[in-house]
Amino acid sequence: MIWTTAAPAVTTAFLSSLVEAVEALTIVLAVASVCGWRPAAIGALAGLALLAFIVLALRPLLDRIPLHLLPLVIGVLLLLFGMRWLRKAILRAAGVIALHDEAIAFAAEAEELRDQARPHETRLDWLAGLASFKAVVLEGLEVVFIVIAVGAGRGLLGAASLGALAACLVVVALGFILHRPLTRVPENTLKFAVGVVLSAFGVFWIGEGLSVPWPGEDFAIPVFAALFLVVALSAVVFSRGALDQRI
Amino acid sequence: MTLLATAFRMVVGLFVDDGSLALSIIVIVLLAWIVANLMTDMPLAAGVVLLAGSLGVLFANTVKAAQR
Repeated sequence: MIWTTAAPAVTTAFLSSLVEAVEALTIVLAVASVCGWRPAAIGALAGLALLAFIVLALRPLLDRIPLHLLPLVIGVLLLLFGMRWLRKAILRAAGVIALHDEAIAFAAEAEELRDQARPHETRLDWLAGLASFKAVVLEGLEVVFIVIAVGAGRGLLGAASLGALAACLVVVALGFILHRPLTRVPENTLKFAVGVVLSAFGVFWIGEGLSVPWPGEDFAIPVFAALFLVVALSAVVFSRGALDQRI
Repeated sequence: MTLLATAFRMVVGLFVDDGSLALSIIVIVLLAWIVANLMTDMPLAAGVVLLAGSLGVLFANTVKAAQR
């Protein structure tokens, strides 16, 4: 295991899972605050079961991709995914779109559930469980993809999974202790960092798929990440300028 | 069918948020692939196209989004 590949892979899995787990926890807590812990926990556990099934189902699918095409396929998906996160983080940092606020997300979910509860009193537990299930599946799918993408290419699936699991355990433990959304987690900064690293991984893997002899081999990844960081920070400054001119 | 369509939309949504960004990335990857196949004696050229193209697309897309 080469640390230049392993360390970014595990760190990326940990940080991205932290962001997604915080977002899922907010919804599960909102469900629990309106309808109690039972439907929230059942929905969340069902979501985790579906995610485990998806991981098991994806494994044979990954094995079917010809070995020489695997870096290219994973690289393209990583670049699409990483740049999507990075774009959003840049626009949020520049003030073009609003920052994601866990307190607002919590209040909105709780309000929506209360609204649904009025005409459907008898089905409330189902609706609550479904909301919790959906949150865990939607946020969890992103984690599953990131773990597979950063882990599959270099046999780091186990290490990346451990990173993701550690983040989920930290968030669940904090949720149990605090009983409120984790509003102080700097989500946009984390998304910015993860977007930078995923994009760097994406470029690296596509290059490997195209037989590009990257100078320094694995050491090229931190260099690409530094370049993405510089360009992304410049984009924040220029986007702020463009926004000011618009106003 | 609705469930399948929802699942498909969900999976696509993982990778595509802004259509023009996704399309630009695909174009850059195709360009790099073409360069890799045409300039076999300079294999690093495809890497340069890929890296510079990705960075350029990211910068242009975000600044353009801020101007809209």
